Amino acid sequence: MDLLNAIVALANFVIVPATAYGAQLALGALGVTLIYGVLRFSNLAHGEMMAFGTMLTILVTWGLQGMGVSLGPLPTALLALPFGILGTMLLVLAVDRSVFRFYRQVKAAPVIFLIASMGVMFVLNGVVRLIIGVDERIFVDGARFLISAREFKQMTGLNEGLAIRTTQVITLVTAVVTVAALFWFLNKTRTGKSMRAFSDNEDLALLSGVNPEKVVTITWLIVAALATIAGTLYGLDKSFKPFVYLQILLPIFASAIVGGLGNPIGAIAGGFVIAFSEVTVTYAFKKVAGYLLPEAWEPDSLVQLLSTDYKFAVSFVILVIVLLFRPTGLFKGKAV
Amino acid sequence: MTRQTKNIALFAAVFALILLTGFLQSWNVALAILNMGLISAIMALGVNMQWGYAGLFNVGVMGFVALGGLGAVVVAMPPVNEAWAAGGGRVILALLVGAGTIFAAIQSWKKLAKGRARNLTVVAVLLVGFIVFRWLFDGAVEAIEAVNPASTGYLGGLGLPVIIGWPVGALLAAGAAWIVGKTALGLRSDYLAIATLGIAEIIIAILKNEDWLSRGVKNVIGIPRPVPYEIDLQESASFSDRMTGWGLDPVTASSVVVKLMYAGLFAVILLGLIWLLERALNSPWGRMMRAIRDNETAAEAMGKDVTRRHLQIFILGSAVCGLAGAMMTTLDGQLTPGTYQPLRFTFLIWVMVIVGGSGNNWGAVLGGFLIWFLWVQVEPMGRWLMEQVTSGMADGSALKVHLLDSAAHMRLLTMGLVLLLVLRFSPRGLIPER
Repeated sequence: MDLLNAIVALANFVIVPATAYGAQLALGALGVTLIYGVLRFSNLAHGEMMAFGTMLTILVTWGLQGMGVSLGPLPTALLALPFGILGTMLLVLAVDRSVFRFYRQVKAAPVIFLIASMGVMFVLNGVVRLIIGVDERIFVDGARFLISAREFKQMTGLNEGLAIRTTQVITLVTAVVTVAALFWFLNKTRTGKSMRAFSDNEDLALLSGVNPEKVVTITWLIVAALATIAGTLYGLDKSFKPFVYLQILLPIFASAIVGGLGNPIGAIAGGFVIAFSEVTVTYAFKKVAGYLLPEAWEPDSLVQLLSTDYKFAVSFVILVIVLLFRPTGLFKGKAV
Repeated sequence: MTRQTKNIALFAAVFALILLTGFLQSWNVALAILNMGLISAIMALGVNMQWGYAGLFNVGVMGFVALGGLGAVVVAMPPVNEAWAAGGGRVILALLVGAGTIFAAIQSWKKLAKGRARNLTVVAVLLVGFIVFRWLFDGAVEAIEAVNPASTGYLGGLGLPVIIGWPVGALLAAGAAWIVGKTALGLRSDYLAIATLGIAEIIIAILKNEDWLSRGVKNVIGIPRPVPYEIDLQESASFSDRMTGWGLDPVTASSVVVKLMYAGLFAVILLGLIWLLERALNSPWGRMMRAIRDNETAAEAMGKDVTRRHLQIFILGSAVCGLAGAMMTTLDGQLTPGTYQPLRFTFLIWVMVIVGGSGNNWGAVLGGFLIWFLWVQVEPMGRWLMEQVTSGMADGSALKVHLLDSAAHMRLLTMGLVLLLVLRFSPRGLIPER
């Protein structure tokens, strides 16, 4: 019984939240990695693109809620998501046409793209704050829990409850659907194949008649969709605060690099590696240890390796370790 | 117009803008802009060393600036003797154990033969070291933070003049830069960017949470000044008499005089730095740096140790940022870890360097002044703009209120646009590299 309780406590506080967080990171890292693979620069504005997409989704959600539209137990935001994606696609294409295309034409160094993306980050940051402000926005509605801790305890008779929030399930389902669609697109369709060809060897792809502008456009469209989905899921699961999307840039980049920049499978693996280590290292294991160890050994302290305030340090340390021992990431990424 | 006259005209224009602020708004505002402009110029010089001389992309400026601020606190604040008695020795011992553990782990990784024995040894060293460290550290921290937490609750500083804290801040930043550089330099440029982004966040997290060191979000206030206090000036009879004699209000005059003193102090440091950097840039060392930046392979073929030189300039540039950070904390008179935002302390400095002209010290300085001026003044301009836009709307309408409220965010938008426009149409900046 104690063992079961320990497992449930671990699942409740570590496995379930880390899985949802990992899915969000993975979607974000996929966006970063695709841009890196095709356009060959690290897009610092990715976090702000996520914030912009989420903001649009929130605005449409409010509109729908105002009209009385709802999805029952599911959050209305899911209905608003396609509109958010469309709007973000338009924005991202406008950004590409007005900013990045010029540097592609003059074949600028990757670091110039990086600096340009810094400018885009500032502008988007300002736009998001101008439109929606800096305050926290909660836009989740519908059923809060799939299983609440109390129900679980009644069902199983255990001391520990396992709460699964609707948003966590939605995060995971949406992420799986999105990733499946993305991989189907990359591996099965002609456009997807031309994207991969362009990413693997630009010259050879051009020689085979791949239209680079088309590839770039498609990439941006996919990235806009991924960013909006990742941002909205993160916002649903936690809450929407514009500045958070600048902070989340670090774990997202860490995920993409740990997995191997430019490698989509690596981005997903990286997302989960980072999420699980962040949650595990900052979780206080007192409760779990209390169930597993004999009473006399029960620890007085929280058995917490690091306080939660240092969660950014965790992604950083993993990043450094991976860079030191496997500079191309866990899965083989690209080297510049 | 020759290059020289153009540059002088540019500087004159920026200072005219600041003077205009003095005439139109107030001299206090103008001098505040000037002082932060001087500090921003020094930060921009630091980033320019890394990016302009050597092509290193450092987006962790915020962390080095904050560490500099910690330097000022550690040197200038009076020591809290009770806290030292309660756990000062133990916390230092804990830190030594922590550093020793990492050192021992690295050494055993290097010295032992490859294999399972090595892996196990390293893990064991880290595990034992961590447990001992936490045991020493947690107890010490608890004891220190229990000492009068409302006003101290930290170790305090050395109680020395704050000016000594400036080089100490630079040293702290240099130390952090050494750690980052050792791990991330020599890898790809993107990795350095992400690594510096990460280290900056970690430094801020440490300052926010390690109350025993920096009082965390409770802030350290009342850092001693290198210049007199306004109130002392106002109370001094000779000062009041002289100011009244000149037809000035002693209260306003005192704050202007204090700001002028700061400005003089900062200007001396800025000019000294520029002189040093110009000498360095035009020396064989500077030429070598630019050669490495422009073609690493060729420089390596000529026998230059590229990674080592990169590490050197990375440390030097970060130290300059730390120096500026210590000066800023001194000017503010307080260390407030909660206020360090990457947009303000990292990316804004980058805008300064790019707009001013990367690779040119004078360009970076000009960018520092100009962008800081815009950063301060765009907000009132944005508010004015919003008032014009909303003047036709009904009073109290939700949109009007929202637009007026959000005018403050115009500055982010403006900075981004300035950066994008300069990068596109004048990529070498206002004062290009020669």
